[in-house]
Parts: sequence; structure tokens; C-alpha cells
Amino acid sequence: MSDLQTILGTLVILAPLALMMLLGSASLIGLPLSERAAARAVAVATSVGLSATLGVFAFMISTDVRHVVVSFGDWLHLKAEPPAQSYHFAVRFVFDRLSLPFVALTYVLFGTIGAFATRYMHREAGWNRFFTLYAVFLAGMVLAGLAGTIETLFLGWELVGIASAFLVGFFQDRPAPVRNALRIWIVYRISDAALLLAALSLHHMSGGGDFDKLTGYRETAGVSPLELRSWPIGGSELTSLQVLVVGGLLILAAAAKSALIPFSGWLPRAMEGPTPSSAVFYGALSVHLGAYLLLRIDPLIDASPILSVVIAVLGLATAAYAAIVARVQTDIKSALSFASLTQVGLIVAEIGFGWRYIPLVHLMGHACLRTLQFVRAPSFLRDHRATENAIGQRIARPPTSVFGLWLYRFALERGYFDALIDRCIVTPIVGICRSLDRLDRHATRFLHDESKAVEADAVAAKQELTV
Amino acid sequence: MNVFLVPWLELAILIPLFGAVAVRFVREVDTAYPLTLGCAVASLSAALAAWVGHSIGMTPAWQPQAWPSFRMDSLNAPLIPLIALLHVLTILTTARVKQNRMSFTTHLFGESIRLATFSCLEPWPLIVLLALGILPPLLEMRRRNKSMRVFAIHMALFVVLLATGWFAVERDWTIGPALLLAAVLVRSGTVPTHLWVADLFEHATFGTALLFATPIVGMYVAVRLVIPVAPDWALSGIVIVSLVTAVLTAGVALVQTEARRFFAYFLLSQTSIVLIGLEIHSGNSTAGSLALWLSLIVSLGGLGLILRSLEARFGLLTFRNHRGLYAGSPIFAVGFALFGLGSVGFPGTMGFIASEVLLDGAIENNVWIGLVMVSVAALNGIAVMRVYFLLFTGAVRTSSLDFSATVRERVAILILLGVLFGCGLVPELFIGNVRQPAGAKQQHEQVHRSSVPPSQ
Repeated sequence: MSDLQTILGTLVILAPLALMMLLGSASLIGLPLSERAAARAVAVATSVGLSATLGVFAFMISTDVRHVVVSFGDWLHLKAEPPAQSYHFAVRFVFDRLSLPFVALTYVLFGTIGAFATRYMHREAGWNRFFTLYAVFLAGMVLAGLAGTIETLFLGWELVGIASAFLVGFFQDRPAPVRNALRIWIVYRISDAALLLAALSLHHMSGGGDFDKLTGYRETAGVSPLELRSWPIGGSELTSLQVLVVGGLLILAAAAKSALIPFSGWLPRAMEGPTPSSAVFYGALSVHLGAYLLLRIDPLIDASPILSVVIAVLGLATAAYAAIVARVQTDIKSALSFASLTQVGLIVAEIGFGWRYIPLVHLMGHACLRTLQFVRAPSFLRDHRATENAIGQRIARPPTSVFGLWLYRFALERGYFDALIDRCIVTPIVGICRSLDRLDRHATRFLHDESKAVEADAVAAKQELTV
Repeated sequence: MNVFLVPWLELAILIPLFGAVAVRFVREVDTAYPLTLGCAVASLSAALAAWVGHSIGMTPAWQPQAWPSFRMDSLNAPLIPLIALLHVLTILTTARVKQNRMSFTTHLFGESIRLATFSCLEPWPLIVLLALGILPPLLEMRRRNKSMRVFAIHMALFVVLLATGWFAVERDWTIGPALLLAAVLVRSGTVPTHLWVADLFEHATFGTALLFATPIVGMYVAVRLVIPVAPDWALSGIVIVSLVTAVLTAGVALVQTEARRFFAYFLLSQTSIVLIGLEIHSGNSTAGSLALWLSLIVSLGGLGLILRSLEARFGLLTFRNHRGLYAGSPIFAVGFALFGLGSVGFPGTMGFIASEVLLDGAIENNVWIGLVMVSVAALNGIAVMRVYFLLFTGAVRTSSLDFSATVRERVAILILLGVLFGCGLVPELFIGNVRQPAGAKQQHEQVHRSSVPPSQ
């Protein structure tokens, strides 16, 4: 690997990290950048990142290399006896036919929406907060997209999660965005926990978290040795049971991140955030991160028919569900979010069917289209009203049957998923926790000899009043 | 003369002790406060010098031949400056209005005892210091006319179990390790002896409770006194009890409506995870557990100081509705989120790699333990964000008063964030270097064998 390639690869990774550090530390020390300076910083970081990505791409094309690794060594290496018990956290990034288009797409969309947001958010309270979170999100996406080890992926995955939650709750003086942000954070924690368990299981099974071990090459006639290790040709070195365990956990992580059923409820809630973040995160990138993870672990899916079937069914069910629910949404961002989910479901189903390039192309095309639709959403409403005014009546809707009414109710309640989760999981857990809390309070009062405690409190209160 | 040949560790302990005596005779707050802060800073400087001396292998040319003798080793070397730092920052962030009510003497006395405890390697002096360490919160609760029964009962139980346990261990009675284990469980607030932690936070001042609970003394007792003598079956038992504690307290933290109780349960849940890692006793889990210990001192310390600063402005904090404090004090909000998430292993913080290593060791030992620990981390992450949203979001209150962070508070938060992220980016600084004293168990057995007459 040449020095130029390493420098370019490093730039791709460092650009968003530098932006995050700059905006974050400036805000933290109480000297936030001016709107103009921050907008320039965003523009420079995304331009540098995108140019470096294209540079790596050009290099790969010119040298016919399909798999470029940029390694920063071990973040931590704990040696132990026997060596199998030693721990290392490798920081490796991989540029291949999957990660390169995804990261290029990330930079293009971030750059475009960054420019849009500098105008859209002009003089908005929390301008700096928005762009700091924007930078955290960009860093998370780039790290997750290029991750060469599952730990690095987890790092990016968590950054994306935390930035998402804070952005959904951006308009924090209103209760609804905050409530939704917490809800999204809970779903993301489930996703994080599943990914973390997968990472640890992988460490346990193969002695490291490298994707190369998880998605190692497969013997294929007529393919050059260099080609053997690159996406989408690979083969898992794990046993079938191990594949099922790690793959199952990764599917759970992907399902929560990409809002597949039964986690779909968070996606429309995410629309409470500012339009630019809704566009780039939940319409285009964040919602596709789960699908991207499935593409990254494709050798596992290939090795397990059970996983393939589960993914295909999950994708199709999500697509059908979202297509129905999208029909009854009364605000444009929710309608678009379910439309996004329909396409994400189809992309996931395509992965389950064993296709690789089709879902990748589908993902990229859909991300671009949906970003455009989100950004245009406010003016689209005006156009819609103008059309209705022009024809002098409401735009006609198809008549409904009895089955249609049932379906309508199902769609209106968003498949009852949220209610089901609330009733079956959230309410019992919260109930148990509250009972435990009450028990603790009773036990403490019992130990205190309550009458004396009340007396002492009264004396203290009296003294404070006197002071 | 080489500067590292000075007995810095002893100085770090003695400076606050003499400071406590001096401050006792000062009645003016305006004089007492800078004197207390100066003593704490001097103690921190001495602790840092001792740490650097230890790191480069320099031992003091002269050490006081006193009882007990204090020493730095691979375990306590980073802990001592960290605890001294926590004391400095606690004093630094004490609001002007609270300085009248703060007992500077008790604070400095407590600091001296805590530093001595963490510097002490001999069992009986350690037990005496642990018993003395209980005094500052007790005295404070008595002074404030607060009921101290719950705290006193638990701490008395702790001291009795500890003293009788070690007495039994010295005589090779089988019950000795069990009594010591029970003492550690009580001091660590393991279910069902966890009530004192929330009670302490409710009845003592936040600063005193924070300094008493955050250094996780139970962990130190476990490493120094229990693990060298405890049989493996007993450690396995503690793992189960600690797991139960971690889950239950995480659940209770999730539904709290008062800031102090939330902090107490959150702390209990996180410290239980540290104890689990230590008691699993595999290479990675121990390393991760010791590293997470340091990380928690920093992150929980920061979280506690922020809640304390908010309390100084708004009184006791409850979470019955959204309080909208972000606009008035953004750095508190950012600090709260970063320290809170740092406690549960947010990327880039000290806790991130420490948690990874700990969980790796746990999964190596038993998959189910790892699964429960990951679930606890997830629950605690949700609890932190819930409290963040309740405290800092919501309709903004307009006030003519300035609620923003003072320069001293800002400095304290930035210092702790610097440590949290600085060590997080270079984890080898603290993960590879904090170790359980090598061969502690074997050493104990050797000493014990030599003390038993051959005829037995």
C-alpha cells in the first residue's frame, strides 16, 4: 500500500473527527464558532473527506486493488498467558466496493445538507448544538462505514445513536420531541447491546474482532488472490452454530437501527427533529445503517440459510407494513418516513435473497431520492394546496371497503406495535422497578424509626427557617 | 537533591490533616475557604509527585517509621491522586452560599483519612482507617440533626464484620473469609445491605456523600483483604449477589424521581459491575474492572459535582416534570451527558475500553454473566438519558438571576472531562498500569504457612 493511499485514507477518517473536535471543544469552553466560521468548517471537512474518498477510489481503479486497509495499530493490547486470552482492540479501516460508495454517499449528502442547513437553521437557537451533533453524526457514519473491526463499527454505531437521540430532541423546550428522543434512545440501546454482544462473542470465538476473520475469503476458481478477500466474495470461518449466534445478534442490531418490525415505531418519532437532520439521517443514512451492516456480514448470511430466510421475511414484512401505514399519515414527514421504511424493507429483503450489488445500488439511489423529498417537503405542501385550489376540490381518494376500514385502523395505530411493546414490556418492567423502589423506601423508614425521623426533620426545618 | 526522594505520599496525607486542625481555629469563611482549597491543592500536588516518583521507580530516601506505614504500589498509585483531585474539585465547586454550611475541618479530615486508607497496605491499620473514615458523614448528619440510624447500623456491621473477619483469618478459622466477604458486601452496598447508600445521599450533604461513596472503598477492601484469602466458591457467590444488585439497582435508578436517589442507585449499579469483574478473577476481567474503577471515580465524580452545583442553584432536584435547565447552564447539560454516558462506556471515554475489556473477560468466563452486564449497561444508559432530558429539557424558565456556571465550576468540569477523554484516547495509560498486586494470594499463603507451627 502506498504512502499516498494511506494519507488519503487517513484524511477520510480524520476530517469528520477534526470537525467534531473543533465544534465540540469550542462550544465546551464557552467560545462557540460564529455561524459563518462553523459553516466553513463543515464545508471544508466534508470537501476534504469527499476529495480524499474519491482519491482512494481513483487509486483503487488505477491499481486494480479492491481491498485497501488503513490500520492505526492497536488502541489497546493486553497480553496474557495463554495468548488466546490476550485482548486487543485494533483500529482498522477498510476501503472496498461496499464501504467506498457508502462513505462517498455519506460525504455527498452531508455536504449538501450541511450547506442547506446553514441557511435553514440561520439564527436558530441551538445553531452550534445542531452542527456539533451533525459533526458527531458524520464521524459516527464514517467510522461505522469504514470499520474493519467490529469494535470500530461499534464505536461509530454508538456515536450515530447518541447524535440521533439528541437531534430528535433538538427542539427541547417542547415535550413531544424530548419524549420521542428518549424512546429512540431506548431502541438504540437495544441495538447497541446486541452489537456489543456480537462483538464480544466474535472476540470469544475467533480471538479478535476483525471482519476479515468473520467474512474471510472463499476459494473461487479464476479469481486473483487479491480479489479473494474483497467484498462481496468471502466465506465465514466460523462454525454454523457460531454463525447463527453472531448473525442473529447482528440482525437484531440491524433491525433496531433500521427500524424494521417490531422496532418501526421510532422512525416517525424521529421526524420531530429539524428538517435537515430528518432528511440526511432518518431518510437517507441512519436508517440504512442496519442494511449496510447486513451487507457487510454477507458471508455469514450466505453460510446460513436460516439467517437468509429470517432477513428476507423481516424485510418483506417491514415493507408491507410500512407501505400500508404510510397511506394514512397526516403529516408529510411521517408519510415520507414510512415510505423510506418501505424501501429499507425491500433492501433488506434483497439482501436476504442473496443479492449484493442490487441492494447497494438501491440503498444509494433511495438515500439520494429521499433526501431530496425531505428537503422539498415544506414546498411540496404548498404545491399540493395550489393544485387543489386550481382544480377547485380535494384530490380524489379511492373508496374504502370493510377490509379497507380494518386496514385503515391497523395503519392508523401503526400496526399496534408501540402499544404492544408498551403493554407487554415497558409497563411490567417499570411496574417492577417502582415496586422495588417502594420496598426500599419502606425498609429505610422501618430502620429509621419513623417517628424520630419526622421529629428530627421538623427540628431541622425549623432551624433552617430561623436562619 | 532529587525531588522524588521526598516522602510525598506521607505529605499528601499529613497536609490535609494539619490543614483540618488549622481551619478549626478560623471562624471567617473568607479565610477558611482559601485555606482549605490551598491544603487540598497542596495535597494533590504531593500525591501527584508521589505518583510520578512511583512511576519512574524512585522511592523516598527517608520514610517515617510510624504505624501505619504508607506505600504506593501498582494498585493504588493512580487512585491516590485521583481521590485527591476529587477533593480539590469538590471544594472548588462549592457554591458561595453553601460555604457557610460546609465544615472545612471535616472535609480536610475526611480527605486525610481517605488518602491514608488508600495508601495503607497492612490489614489492621487499614481496618482502623476504614472505621475512622465513617466518622465525617456521621458527624455531619449529627450536626444537621438528620437521622443517622440506617447509615450507622450498616457501618457498624461493616466494621464488626471486618475486624472479626480478619481476626478469624489470622487464626485460620474457616469463617474468616466469609466474614470479610460479608463486610465487603455491606460496604459496597450490595443487596440487601444497600439501603445506606441512598440514605446517606438523602441525609448528608451531597459533597460529603459523594466523597464517601465515589472512591468505591469496598473494592479496595476486596483487593487488599478478601481476594488473597477467599476461596473460589465464595467469589462465585459474590458474583451472583453483585449481578443481582447491578440489575435491581439499575432498575430502581430508572424510575427515580429525586436526583440524589437516582445518583445513589446509579452508582450502586455501576460499582456492582466493577465488583463482578474483580470477582470473576480472570485476566481481562480483573484488568477491565480495575480500569473501570478509575473511570467511574472520574465520571461519577463529575456527574455528582454537576448535580451538586445544580442543587446549589435550584434546591433539591426532583424529576416530576421537565425543568428546562439547558438554556441557563449549557455546560452543566453537556457535562452531565458526557459524564453520565462516560460511566456506561461512551466511545472515547475512559469507560469505553475499560468496559470492553471487562465484558470480554466476563464473556470468557460465562456468557450469561456477560449478557446480564450488557443489559445493565443498557439500562443505566437509558436511566442517564432519561434524567438528562428531565433536567435539561422542557420549557425555559426566564429569570433575572444568572444561573450559568461559574468560572470555578467550568474549570472543574473541564479538568474532569480532560481526564475522562485524555485517558480514554490513550487507554494504556491506565489499563495496563493498574494491576492487582502480583501474587497477593500466594504471598498470603506463604506468610500464613510460615506463621503456623510445623506440628500443626
